[in-house]
Amino acid sequence: MHSTLSSLVAILLLINLVALGSSRIGTVVRAVALQGVVLGALALAAHGELSYRVLALALGSAALKGWAIPVVLFRALRQVAIKREVEPSLGLLPSLLLGAAATVLAIVASSALPLAETELAPLLVPASFATVAAGFILLTTRRKAINQVLGFILLENGIFVFGLLLVEAMPFLVEAGVLLDLFVGIFVFSIIIHHINREFASLDTRRLSLLKE
Amino acid sequence: MVSLSPILLPLVMAVVVFFTPSKRWRPRLLAATAVAHFALTVALLSQPAGPVTSGWLRLDAPGRLLLGLVSLLFLCCAVYSVGYLRYRVERANRRFCACLLVALGTMSLVAYSQHFGLLWVSMEATTLATAPLIYFNRTPRSIEATWKYLMLSSVGLAMALFGSFFLGYAALLGGGEASLLFSDLLVGAEALSKPWLRAGFALLLVGYGTKLGLAPMHTWKPDAYGEAPGVVGAVLAGGLTSCAFLALARLTQVAGAAGEGDYANRLLVLIGIGSMGVAGALLLGQRDLKRMLAYSSVEQMGILALAAGLGAGAGFAAMLHMVNNALAKGALFLAVGNVHRAFGSKTIDTVRGALTRLPVSGTLFLLAFFAVTGSPPFGLFASELLILKEIFAGGRYVLGGFFLAFLFLAFAGMGSTTLTALQGRPPRSARDSNYRDRFATVAPPLLLLGIVLLFGLWLPDPIRALVSDAAAALEVGR
Repeated sequence: MHSTLSSLVAILLLINLVALGSSRIGTVVRAVALQGVVLGALALAAHGELSYRVLALALGSAALKGWAIPVVLFRALRQVAIKREVEPSLGLLPSLLLGAAATVLAIVASSALPLAETELAPLLVPASFATVAAGFILLTTRRKAINQVLGFILLENGIFVFGLLLVEAMPFLVEAGVLLDLFVGIFVFSIIIHHINREFASLDTRRLSLLKE
Repeated sequence: MVSLSPILLPLVMAVVVFFTPSKRWRPRLLAATAVAHFALTVALLSQPAGPVTSGWLRLDAPGRLLLGLVSLLFLCCAVYSVGYLRYRVERANRRFCACLLVALGTMSLVAYSQHFGLLWVSMEATTLATAPLIYFNRTPRSIEATWKYLMLSSVGLAMALFGSFFLGYAALLGGGEASLLFSDLLVGAEALSKPWLRAGFALLLVGYGTKLGLAPMHTWKPDAYGEAPGVVGAVLAGGLTSCAFLALARLTQVAGAAGEGDYANRLLVLIGIGSMGVAGALLLGQRDLKRMLAYSSVEQMGILALAAGLGAGAGFAAMLHMVNNALAKGALFLAVGNVHRAFGSKTIDTVRGALTRLPVSGTLFLLAFFAVTGSPPFGLFASELLILKEIFAGGRYVLGGFFLAFLFLAFAGMGSTTLTALQGRPPRSARDSNYRDRFATVAPPLLLLGIVLLFGLWLPDPIRALVSDAAAALEVGR
C-alpha cells in the first residue's frame, strides 16, 4: 500500500520536472495529462477501502484531466497554428533547477507544520506544495498564453493532492463542482486564447500591454 | 425546492435565453427573469428566517442580505440592458444575456453557500460566467482585459481553494471531523490547529482579496472594468465584490472564533488601508472614466476590508457599507455607461460637456460621484461615519487620520476628472451621436441612486433588521 503510494507520488513529482524542462508545448500538455491520470490513481491508492464516491472522484478526475482537458488544449493549439516551442522567459535549465529547489523546500516546509499521525500526510503534503510551486514557476516564467494555462492546471493538481487528505470534508456534489469549474475554466481559457491569437497575431502575453496607467 | 428557486430560475432561463432565436426577445427575457427573481427574493425575505439548521445549502441572515442586494442590483442592470442592447444591435447578444443570467444564478448560490468548498465553487463560477461579458466588444483591448481578469482571478481563487483545504486540515488536526461547513468550523474553532489556520487565512485572504480587488491584487480591475460595458461593470463592482466580501467576512468570523482574531484583524486593517492609499494615488490625474470607477472600487473594498478588521463593533457599519457601495457603484457605472455611449469615448480627452449633451445622465453621474465619495446626505456618508467612529472608539487616531486623508484624496482625484467630463462644450462628434437618454437607460441608475439617498436619510426598519441580523450572525463567537 505504502509503496504504491510513494511510487505514485514520485511519478507525480517527476512529471512536474518534465513539465518544467520540456521545450515543446505538446510534451508539456501530455505530461500534464499523464499527471491527471496519476492523480486519479493516487486518489484510489490514498483511500484503503473503495467506495463509490472515491471511485467516481478518481475516474472523474482522471477522465477530465487525462482526456477532456488535453483534447481542448490540443484543439486550441491546432486552431492557432503557432510554433510549438515553449519560449520561456527564464531558461529551461534554470526553471528546472528552480523546480527541484522548490521540491526540497516543500519537504522542509511541510516538516515544520504539524501533520496528522497517518502515513498519508507526510507523503501528500510535500507533494502538494511542490506541485503548486511548479505550477507557479510555469505560470510566471512562460510567455505563451497556453503555457500559463498549463501552469494553472499544475497548480490545481497540487491543490487536488492536498484535497485527498480531506475527502470526508467535501460533499460529493461540491467535489464535482470543483472539477466542473476547472473544466469550464480551461474551456473559456481556450476560447480566449483563440481570440488573442486572432487579434494580436501571437500568443505572446508580452503583447498584451495595451492597458496600463 | 421553492426555497432554492433564486438559484435555479436564472440558470434555467439562461439555457432558454441561449436557445432563443430572436435577438429582440433575449433582453426582454433577461429583464423578465430579473423581475421574477426579485419578486421571489422579496417573498423569501418577507418571511421570517427559518430555524437554524445544518446543511451546506441554506439561506442564513448574511445570505439573505446578499441575496436581496444582488437581486435588486441585477433587476436594475437587466432593465438597463434592454435599453443598452437596443443601441448595440450590431453585436450578437446571445452569450451576453445568457452569461448575465448565469452570473445571477451563481451569485445567488454564493448567498446560499454554508460550506467553504461550495463557496469556492460558486465564486469561481461567477468569475467564469462574467469573463465572456468583458469581451462583449471584441476589441483587442477587451480581450487583453478578459485574459488578465480570468488568469489573475483563477490563480487567486486557486489560492482560496488551497486555503479552504488548509482550514479543513486544521479541523482534522483539531481532533474533530474534517469539515468545511461554517457551523462546524465555528463550533470546533477552539481546537483548530493554529499554524494551518493562519496559513489558510492568509491564502484565503489573498484569494478572495483578488476577487475584491484589494491592493496589491487589484491590477486586473481597471482593465476589466475599463473595457467591459457599463452594465457589466455594475454587476462586477456591485454584485461580485459583495459576494467576495461576504466570503471574507465569514472567514474572519472563523478566525475570530478560533482566537486568532488579532492576527486576522491586523492583516485586514493593513491590506484595507493599503488599498485605500493605492487607489487614492491612482485616482489622481486619472483620465479614463471607467478606470477611475475601478480605482474607486478598489478604495471602497479597502474600506470594507478595514471595517471587517475592526472587530465586532463595526459589523453593522461594514454590512451597511457593502449595501451602499453596491447600489452607488451600480448607479455610477450605468450613468457613465450612458456617457460612454453618447461620446463614443471614455477618456476626458474627448468627453467634455456631458451635462450639456446628456442633462439627465450627466446629473446622475454627478450625484453618483458625490454619493460614492461619501458626501452627505447619501448612504455611504452614514456608513463611512460609523466606520470612522469605530476606528476612533478603538483609540486608533493615526489609522483614522490616514482613513480620512485617503478618502479626501479619492474625492479630489475623482472630483477633478468627473468635473472635467461634465463641464464645457461637448465635441461635435458627441452632439451627432445617436444615443439619447431613454427610460430604460436612465430609470435604473435613478432608482439605485434614490435608494442610496434614502438609506442616507432614513434606513427603513425591514432593511435595518436585514443588515443588523446579518452583522449579528457574523459576530457570533468573535
